[in-house]
Amino acid sequence: MEMNSQVIEEQVYNRPDSFVDVSTHYCPGCTHGTAHRLIAEVIDEMGLKGKTIGVASVGCSVFAYNYFDVDFVQAPHGRAPAMATGVKRVLPERVVFTYQGDGDLASIGTAEIVHAAARGENISVFFLNNTNYGMTGGQMAPTTLPGQKTTSSPRGRDVETQGYPVKASEMISTLDGASYVVRRSLHDPKSIRLAKKAIRTAFEVQIRGLGFSLVELLSTCSTNWGMTPVESMHWLENNMVPYFPLGDFKVHPAIAGLRF
Amino acid sequence: MAKELMKGNEAVAEAAIRAGVTAYFGYPITPQTELLEYMSRRMPELGRVFVQAESELAAINMVYGAACTGRRVMSSSSSPGVSLMMEGVSYIAGTELPVVLVDVMRGGPGLGNIAPGQGDYNQIVHGGGHGEYRAIVLAPGSVQESVDLTVLAFDLAEKYRSIVVVLSDGSIGQMMEPCELPPMQPLKTKFPDWAVTGSEGRDRRFLSSINLDPAAQERMNFRVMRRWQEIEANEVRYKEYYMEDARFVVIGFGSTGRVALSAVRAARAEGIPVGLIRPVTLNPFPTKAIAQAAQQAEVMLVVEMNNGQMLEDVMLAADGNAMVEFYGRMGGVFMLPEEVLSEICRIAAGGLSTEGHPRDRWLNRSAQKK
Amino acid sequence: MQTEIITAGFGGQGVLFTGQLLTYAAMDEGREVTWIPSYGPEMRGGTANCTVVISDEEIGSPMVSDPQAVIAMNLPSLDKYEGKVRPGGVLVVNESMVDRAVSRQDIKVVMVKANEIAEELGDKRMMNMVLLGALIANLPVIPLQAIEKALAGHLPERHHKMLPKNYEALKRGAAHLAQ
Repeated sequence: MEMNSQVIEEQVYNRPDSFVDVSTHYCPGCTHGTAHRLIAEVIDEMGLKGKTIGVASVGCSVFAYNYFDVDFVQAPHGRAPAMATGVKRVLPERVVFTYQGDGDLASIGTAEIVHAAARGENISVFFLNNTNYGMTGGQMAPTTLPGQKTTSSPRGRDVETQGYPVKASEMISTLDGASYVVRRSLHDPKSIRLAKKAIRTAFEVQIRGLGFSLVELLSTCSTNWGMTPVESMHWLENNMVPYFPLGDFKVHPAIAGLRF
Repeated sequence: MAKELMKGNEAVAEAAIRAGVTAYFGYPITPQTELLEYMSRRMPELGRVFVQAESELAAINMVYGAACTGRRVMSSSSSPGVSLMMEGVSYIAGTELPVVLVDVMRGGPGLGNIAPGQGDYNQIVHGGGHGEYRAIVLAPGSVQESVDLTVLAFDLAEKYRSIVVVLSDGSIGQMMEPCELPPMQPLKTKFPDWAVTGSEGRDRRFLSSINLDPAAQERMNFRVMRRWQEIEANEVRYKEYYMEDARFVVIGFGSTGRVALSAVRAARAEGIPVGLIRPVTLNPFPTKAIAQAAQQAEVMLVVEMNNGQMLEDVMLAADGNAMVEFYGRMGGVFMLPEEVLSEICRIAAGGLSTEGHPRDRWLNRSAQKK
Repeated sequence: MQTEIITAGFGGQGVLFTGQLLTYAAMDEGREVTWIPSYGPEMRGGTANCTVVISDEEIGSPMVSDPQAVIAMNLPSLDKYEGKVRPGGVLVVNESMVDRAVSRQDIKVVMVKANEIAEELGDKRMMNMVLLGALIANLPVIPLQAIEKALAGHLPERHHKMLPKNYEALKRGAAHLAQ
């Protein structure tokens, strides 16, 4: 049998159109890049590039606006859901999303996220949980696990004096105004595919006017965790997933039947 | 045009609506709440945006987001609520966005009380938020002026890409006076080339107050300060009363300015040659007018419902050319005309001590009274 | 020429509306006018008051300590304001709600059994109109017709069937002239 010498090239992977062609400032092994890419792919697939307005927050993702080829604003620490409310109420036909870390969303911005959800604000929130304040060098966050060492919990988070992690998605899912609240992870290909589907669902919810959506994405922080990228993925799977279980916490009946 | 009898707070709201405000975000606080309530009725009726936020912090950040779209947007609050807004105010200034903010001041510090005060002068005029920025500050003394200055606030905000604060107080917010409302302006349909609206058909835009390169940040600071020089050159506003032959000059803003007007009239009736300057723009401050008055006057009396905040600006402007005296009420106590009159009479009688700071002389006098 | 009037009484006696009506009438007459209430916790349960200043020129202070006229609808208001009326001024007292005479000799005092008169007319809420009528009859700041016009012009439509009775209340009050 003769081998066909002709090489058939099929492009299976390229930079999404909504993703700017620059190197990011994120550390090796950090899953922000993955999350950015998933969002950009969904924006491309849904043809939303010219209609989308992103709201960056404070944290490592403060420069998110450098990477998405869509209009962007950048909010004070924790206030992204309020700022997104302002944008969306004035431009209801635009697709508005926030991109927030755990310190931003689950600590300094708890009031803003809770009330944006309670109002059923028609925005999509992407919530990156990596259990520490990455940008300021790895301090304890509201999501730091019991016993986890950080630069401000050097002997490990002591729940007696430093309290317990905030399970933001579970908490927000109790609000009647929230329509779609799920937790996914970015530690392996299967999880990443599920994460992308959730991101897509969040945008679909918004363009159908079905209200507030939040996708929590468990993420790594190799640099501040002091691990290699591979070790970080394992640590996430073995430590974070048991504490922050993956799943759907709130799916409004109108969303359950969505086909896209 | 027929006049309408309106409460100061409601007049500000209706004036903003007629000036084409697209979105209002606020939080209840006395003595400002009628403004929010009025907006909650009128804005949805007109198909415009009204959101009662979960806090003043959220309200100002909703304003921040909405202002990024290039629309006319506003919020309002009273002193403690305005303190909470200061984070957003600095970010808005750092992003060079046009925003109108109304502060209906009350007695303080802290929770204080809900009576009228002017203790936010330093916070609003000389900063409040972090970093170097300037806000245009307009101080109405009546319901009509509340209307006129609210409309002007939107125009100035857009012209200079600046925050404009309408600095009112509980008495002006709560009082009713006849006023003439401006005609209803249509909502804007053209938006500036910096507005974030979705990038369809153009390159993407982003609005942010972050500038990690100090040199670039400094260039922005220079640009904004040069713009401020332009504002100082063009936008100073004040009112003068009985100044032609005045040997004594009273200076007060907002409600205190009009209380002083009653006192100045009474003093004139007694033959005392006294005039009044009522700054309408507190920032930019009418420095030149006051410097000029200091050349003409023997003594200038600053009256405020605070501990002597505008006093410092008047002293700088007077530059030693006239003696400056101060009289204040604090804590939400409304100043009455006879108090100002008795100060005018004391000054006109002469033999004043010039020792120490005018504020200390005032404190010492008030201690003696007790 | 400037006139200041303070209206004071319990919340629910129509204190603020009485002042507003005067303000509307002054506005419709083309005068400068300011109305300012006491507000806040004071409004709840306790006494309420408002100050109306009517003038021919730009009004200075919206509040005064020595008003030309006071309507005291109850005893606490009489106690608070009797000493403050400017000499030669007018003090209208709701006699139905006080248990003492006025001691000042240097002002015009008008005692009106306003509650009884209002009840005779069929609605005790019109007590404030009786007192306002008495004030206008003794203080030539605004003609009574201007108050009637203001009532018709600014009272919500649903209350318009009450207009004739309100006019009557104003007239009954206006029959009280200070000695």
